[in-house]
Amino acid sequence: MANIVETTDLTPRRRGLARRLGTRGPANIVLGLIAIVWLVPTVSLLVISLRPEADFGVSGWWKALLHPLSLTFSNYHVLFAQGFVAGGLLDSLITSLEITIPATLLVTFLACFAGHSLVFGRWRGRDIVFLVVVGLMVVPVQVALIPVVQFYRELGDLFGLNPYGTIPGVVIFHVAFGLPFGIFLMRNFMSGIPKDLLEAARMEGAGEWKVFYRIVLPLALPALASLAIFQFIWVWNDLLVALVFLGGNLHTPLTVFLYDQNHELQANYWIISTGAIVSVVVPLIVFFSFQRYFVRGVLAGAVK
Amino acid sequence: MSASVINVTRRTGAHRSWIRRHAVSLAFLAPAAIWLLFIVVWPTIDTVRLSLFNESATKFLGLTNYKTVFSTDTILTAFRNNVIWVLIFPFFVTTFGLIFAVLTERIRWATAFKALIVMPIVFSTTASALVWATIFDNSPQIGAVNAAALTVSDWFNAPGAYPVSTTAGQTVADLVGSDSRFEKGGNSIISTSSARAGAMIDIGLRDVSPTTLTVLKAQKAVKPQPMSGAITGVVWRAFSPTAPTNTKDILPGELGLPLLRLSLVNAQGATVASTTTTTSGQFKFANVGSGKYFVELVSSNFSAGFTGISWLGGSSLTPVSGLNQTAQALLSVPLADMAMIICYLWIWAGFAMVLIGAGLASLNREVLEAARIDGAKEWQVFRRVTVPMLSPVLAVVFVTMIINVLKVFDIVLNMASGSSVNATPTLAVEIYNDGFTGGVHSGVSSAIAVILFLLVTPAMILNLKRIKGV
Repeated sequence: MANIVETTDLTPRRRGLARRLGTRGPANIVLGLIAIVWLVPTVSLLVISLRPEADFGVSGWWKALLHPLSLTFSNYHVLFAQGFVAGGLLDSLITSLEITIPATLLVTFLACFAGHSLVFGRWRGRDIVFLVVVGLMVVPVQVALIPVVQFYRELGDLFGLNPYGTIPGVVIFHVAFGLPFGIFLMRNFMSGIPKDLLEAARMEGAGEWKVFYRIVLPLALPALASLAIFQFIWVWNDLLVALVFLGGNLHTPLTVFLYDQNHELQANYWIISTGAIVSVVVPLIVFFSFQRYFVRGVLAGAVK
Repeated sequence: MSASVINVTRRTGAHRSWIRRHAVSLAFLAPAAIWLLFIVVWPTIDTVRLSLFNESATKFLGLTNYKTVFSTDTILTAFRNNVIWVLIFPFFVTTFGLIFAVLTERIRWATAFKALIVMPIVFSTTASALVWATIFDNSPQIGAVNAAALTVSDWFNAPGAYPVSTTAGQTVADLVGSDSRFEKGGNSIISTSSARAGAMIDIGLRDVSPTTLTVLKAQKAVKPQPMSGAITGVVWRAFSPTAPTNTKDILPGELGLPLLRLSLVNAQGATVASTTTTTSGQFKFANVGSGKYFVELVSSNFSAGFTGISWLGGSSLTPVSGLNQTAQALLSVPLADMAMIICYLWIWAGFAMVLIGAGLASLNREVLEAARIDGAKEWQVFRRVTVPMLSPVLAVVFVTMIINVLKVFDIVLNMASGSSVNATPTLAVEIYNDGFTGGVHSGVSSAIAVILFLLVTPAMILNLKRIKGV
C-alpha cells in the first residue's frame, strides 16, 4: 500500500520539479541582468569619485575597471582636508545632520503623542481629525512655501526672531510636513494595541502620561523605528525646502551643496561625485541597518 | 463585555475625572495640531488668497494671475511636461514593479535582489539625477549610454578614416576644390573624366583634418609613375597657405592621405576593383582591362558614423508637422524628459516592487494552484488570475506614483542643463522659478501652487475613501 502511494505521489512532484527548473532558469538570467543594470549608476558614481580629476571626460569610468590600481582616495582627501570651512563638504555634512536629527526626533515624538490621543482618547471628533490628517498627507510642499516665508518674516518683525535663513526655520517646516504621515502611521499601528491593556493600567490608577510611556510607547517601538527612518531619509534628501529657506546661506545641507556645485559655471565633477557618495553613505547605513523597518514603513505608507 | 460595563459605570459615576482625562488626551494632540495649523493648513489657505493678489501681495487682481498662468509659454510647457510624466511614468513603474515582484518569487537570492533594487530610494534624488546626467552625457568618453550605442553602431556603420562633420554643416562636396577633375557623386567623390590603363590620376582634397593625418602617420605626397596595364595615382591633402584654392598640383609640404578606400568603376557603373592608399597617398589598380574607367573615393571614407544621442540637449520628438509653432511645441516630447523618466524608474521601481510583492505574498495560493491544476499555463495564470487579484495593490502604486510625479522637482532641477532647461520644467519647478528666484514673488507662483494642489485633490479624495472604507 505504502508503495503505491509513493509512486502515485511521485508524478506530480516530478512535474513540479521540472516546471520549476524550466521557469527558474530564465528568471535567474533576467533578474541577473536587471541587477547589473541597477548597479551601474551606483558603481559609476563610486568609480568616478575614486578616479583622478584629470581622467574625467578623457576616458569613460568603465575604463578604470581594467586598471583598479589607478583608483585613489585623493578626491576625498582633498575635500576632507579643507576641514569645516563654510560651504565645504564637511560643513554641509554637519548642516545636513543639524537639520535631519531634530526634524526626525520631533516628528517621531509629536506623532506618537498625537497617535495616542487619536486612538486612546475618548473625545468626540477623533475620526474627523484623523481624516483631516490623511487629507494633509498629499498636500504638496510647494503650496505652503510662500506664506511660511512671510510668516517667518512677521515673526522677525514682531519678536526679532526670524527663522527664515536659519536651520530652525527649515526644521520647523520639515516637522510640519512630516507630521501627517507620522500621525497616520502611528495611529494605524496603535489601533492594533489591545485596549484592555490600557484599561487594566487605568484601573490601577495610572495617569494618561504613565499609560503612554509605560505601555503604549514600548509597544509602538517598531512603528516608531519605521517612522524615524522614513523621516530621516526624507529630510536628509530634501532639496526644495533647503533651497528656499537656506539657499544662498553660508551653511547649506549636502543636497544644496551638490546643486550649487552642479550649477557652477565650470562644474567640477570630481567634487560632485565625491560629495554625492558622501551624501549617499549616511542614508545607506540607515537603510541597511534597519531594512526591515524601512520596508514596513513603505508598506504602511501606501497600503492600509 | 466586562470592559463596556466598566465604561458605563465610569462615565456616569466619575464625571470629573473623565473631563480631566479628556483634557490630558487633547494636550497630547495639541503640539502636532498647532504645528499643522500654522505651517500646513493656514499657509495652504493663504496661498489661495495670495494667488489673487499681485506679486508683492499688495493689490487685489482677481483671476489675473490664473490668466497669466494659461497664457505664459514656459508655464504651458510645464503643464505639458507634467502630462508627459503622468502618462508615462506611473504605468512603467507599476509594470516594472509587477515584473520584478513576480520574478523574485522564483529565485533563491530574492533578498539580495530586492535590497539592490530598493537601494536607490534612499539616495537623494539630487545625487541620483547627477549620476544619470553623466550616464546620458553626449560624450562617449563620459556617458555610458552613448558609449554603448557607439560601440554597437560601429559594428554596423563604422566611421570612415576621413569623417565629414555633418553636425558642423560640412558636406562631402566641401572636400572637392572648384578646380578639381573630380566631383561629388552621392556621398562619394568620383572622377569627372574617364581613364584607361596606363593613366596616372591625382586628386587633392581640401578640409581634411591635420590631426587625422598625424594619427595615420601620413607621409609627403609623391606622384607615382604611370604603369602600363595599370591605373595609378595619388590622393593628398591640398592645403598650402600660398595657394589655398589649388587642388590640382601637389605643393611642397602637402601630405598624402593614407588608408583611403578607392574603387575602379567601369563605364556601366559597376565596381570592378578596389584598393587602399599607402602612407604617402599612392594607389594602384593593376591588370586593368581595356575600356574606360572612373576612379571613385567611396562614401564609407567620409561617413561620420553614429555620433551619439543628445539626451540632455534641447532635442525633442516632434511627431506633428503642419501645426503652428505653439501647438507643435506643446505636442513635442523632449528627449531630456525621457532620460529623466528612466532615472526616476531606477529610483522608484523598488518601491513598486515592495508593495506589489507584499500584495503577492498575501494572495490566496490555492486559487493559483487550482488554475495550474486546471491546466492553465504560467502566462495565463499571471494574466488571468494574478493580475486581477492584485489590481487593488496595483491601483495604490499607480495613484501614489501619479501624486509623486505631479510634484516632480529635484530631478528636473539637477538633470536639465543648457537648452533642456527651457524644455523640461514641471509645475513644481515653475513654482520655484517664479516664486523664489530673485526675491520672493507670490502672485503667479501661488496660482500655479493652487493648480498643483487641485491636481492632487482627486488622489486625496481617493485616499480618504480608502481609509474610511477600512
